Amino acid sequence: MFYREAGQFKTSYKSDQALMPILQDRMGLAAILMIAFVLIPAFANDFFLTSIMIPFLVFSLAAIGLNVLTGYCGQLSLGTGAFMGVGAYAAYKLTTIFPDANVILMVLVSGVFSAAIGAVFGLPSLRIKGLYLAVTTLAAQFFLEWCFIRIPWLYNYNASGAIEIPRREVFGVIVTGAEATPIARYFVVLGITVLIAFLMANVLRGRIGRSWMMIRDMDIAAELMGIRPLQTKLLAFAVSSFICGVAGAMMVFFWLNAAEPSSYSIRLSFQILFMVILGGLGSLSGAFMGAAFIWILPVILKFVPGILGFDIAAETVEHATFMIIGALIIFFLIVEPHGFARLWQIAKQKLRVWPFPY
Amino acid sequence: MNIKQLALGTAVAIGVGLSGVMTTAVQAEDTNYVPLLTYRTGPYAGSGIHIANGMHDYLKMLNERDGGIGGAKLVTEECETGYNAQKGVECYEATKGKGALVYNPYSTGITLQLIPKASVDKIPVLSMGYGLSAAADGTVFPWIFNVPDTYWDGASVVIKYIGEQEGGLENLKGKKIGYIFLDAGYGREPIPLLEQLSEKYGFELMQYPVPGAEMQNQSSQWLNVRRDRPDYMVMWGWGAMNPTAIKEAVKIRFPMDKFIGVWWSAGDDDAAAGGEGAKGYKAMNFSGVGREFAALDDIQKYVVDAGLSSTDAETIGSTLYNRGVLNSVIITEAIRTAQELTGKKAITGADMRMGLEALDLDEARLKELGLAGFAHPMKVTCEDHAGSHPVFIQEWDGKQWRQASGWIEPMTDLVRPLLEKAAAEYAEKNAPWPARTEPCPN
Repeated sequence: MFYREAGQFKTSYKSDQALMPILQDRMGLAAILMIAFVLIPAFANDFFLTSIMIPFLVFSLAAIGLNVLTGYCGQLSLGTGAFMGVGAYAAYKLTTIFPDANVILMVLVSGVFSAAIGAVFGLPSLRIKGLYLAVTTLAAQFFLEWCFIRIPWLYNYNASGAIEIPRREVFGVIVTGAEATPIARYFVVLGITVLIAFLMANVLRGRIGRSWMMIRDMDIAAELMGIRPLQTKLLAFAVSSFICGVAGAMMVFFWLNAAEPSSYSIRLSFQILFMVILGGLGSLSGAFMGAAFIWILPVILKFVPGILGFDIAAETVEHATFMIIGALIIFFLIVEPHGFARLWQIAKQKLRVWPFPY
Repeated sequence: MNIKQLALGTAVAIGVGLSGVMTTAVQAEDTNYVPLLTYRTGPYAGSGIHIANGMHDYLKMLNERDGGIGGAKLVTEECETGYNAQKGVECYEATKGKGALVYNPYSTGITLQLIPKASVDKIPVLSMGYGLSAAADGTVFPWIFNVPDTYWDGASVVIKYIGEQEGGLENLKGKKIGYIFLDAGYGREPIPLLEQLSEKYGFELMQYPVPGAEMQNQSSQWLNVRRDRPDYMVMWGWGAMNPTAIKEAVKIRFPMDKFIGVWWSAGDDDAAAGGEGAKGYKAMNFSGVGREFAALDDIQKYVVDAGLSSTDAETIGSTLYNRGVLNSVIITEAIRTAQELTGKKAITGADMRMGLEALDLDEARLKELGLAGFAHPMKVTCEDHAGSHPVFIQEWDGKQWRQASGWIEPMTDLVRPLLEKAAAEYAEKNAPWPARTEPCPN
């Protein structure tokens, strides 16, 4: 009833090939964008923006990046955190070398560096697959993390070993540094995330995306049909690392303001991987849902008892959050191993036939 | 929905509503809100719990015994950071809107994140004996306080002490001093000064970084120590790194009396982990040893015995617990000073900054607080937010710490110019860094 596409006729190739052929999907997306661009900036407080929305969007983008590689191209990677770090350090170096350049441009350009590094570490994927590939990307993680600690040039010989983001303005608005308002930072992060998500939605359903999925589903068959594995896999590594790099740069520029190498540790890689698995491999909306589950839920759980006025010790809340999130992960993966994206698909189908299921 | 569920639901709803009403009622009177960024979970909890207990208990004790400070109760709230910079910032954002007076991040990583925010949000950061050393320059960092000492002060004291053991600093020539540290902002902070001192006095500085993820496995570092045979070892460790390092040092039979930790490697649990072999291990300290202080008895009486705290009574008087207490003493004395300066009962973050800057904790005042000899008298000035106060060396006798030296002055003549240079560099790197506009209360 709610999701019926009956009566929505496609009369041209253009409408048949549209990104969202169903009216309800378009309305839903319009509503989400409306909330994101108008309602949240209008009503949200600083805490909601800086501690929930900005990290959520950054993680969503990183999850999209990993999803390109793992979900669409089938190459398991544990180096996400390091590739994000490459983006962050590249953007930091760029903005300190060219202080007058547009910082948003620098953040986007930094993705090129992580794409290059990602492609280099993607080379073994030609010969090894699955868990073995995960081990080589793990090597990338440790090697790059070592670089962040041991190459002082990367952090401008800062005594503390951390990168600290200076103040930068874009068109007269301060977007980075401590004086940047949460609203300004939120809009930058939202803009970049929406832009890249939109681009990827189109890339993934086109020739490139389909060739990735062919490699994922059966690489020998794909090769026989004329897909070149080397280029295709390396392209997936490059695109994935580009997106992760941009997400990593946004993480430090618009969210944290300063980052130590430990911010881009293996923990981050796993966090992003869990978002992708829980959200649903091979789904863009799943990346957002996974990020929301892994990032937003613990924050809310942490502060809900205090807001309700219950006096629970901070560490008890922390332990409880760990347990609740862990139990929920197990629960959802038992109920639906294909993640939230699949759950949403099932829900859509149910809505379509409700109230007369057949 | 049956009647029982309905009744239960209503009861819960009323309860939640009432508690909300009650909290607003409490906030209506004059209070001072102090958020405590603590960590009682994760790999650093072993150190963090004692600090958190010490901070919490002293503030609570003032509430119970004196009804707060100057007639205004203290409202505290703990926020769990897990020593994680991201979570620390999250806690900061969640609590700053409630009128927070001061932040004590207890993590150099979190401190670095908060430094640029402090001047924007007008909330001072008190990083007591940690954080960015350069922040001691009050003309560049008016909102950051690292009284009583910076890491650079500490590093200079260690070298001075080693020099004393060797019969003079000139005898350090040709000696090898090993530096084992947590490979994070915290452990790297003193390196520039140690390098400078090594050049000046001609000793060889050998660095043994311990990555945070692997701090419980230091066998490779200590294997290198055994190979290099340094004459002295200096440690900048925290959390689970400390007991591991002490155990490993015992294992390779490193002479413990030549192993000196920073004040954060001075926990009772840390040294006790080495067993009998840890006897002789030394650490710097600037807060009282033992529990023979009247204020600690009051904590026992008003807070711990009254069941208002999760502190294990036996840990009162341990080094890190006392450190937490000293942290709270600095906070509360600053609040008192701010109240005197402004004449207000409930102060703001900006008032607190003045209070911290005008802090003068002299011997008489310490005695009044029931903490005579608990710490060296300390004074903050507008130019010097650390003060480079003397510290002492304590020694583990196998069961407890005892003071092993008198108060040792840091090499201020050497540290101060470096601090000023580093502060100027920080401001330059983070240009445009806001120039100090805050008036000096002294």
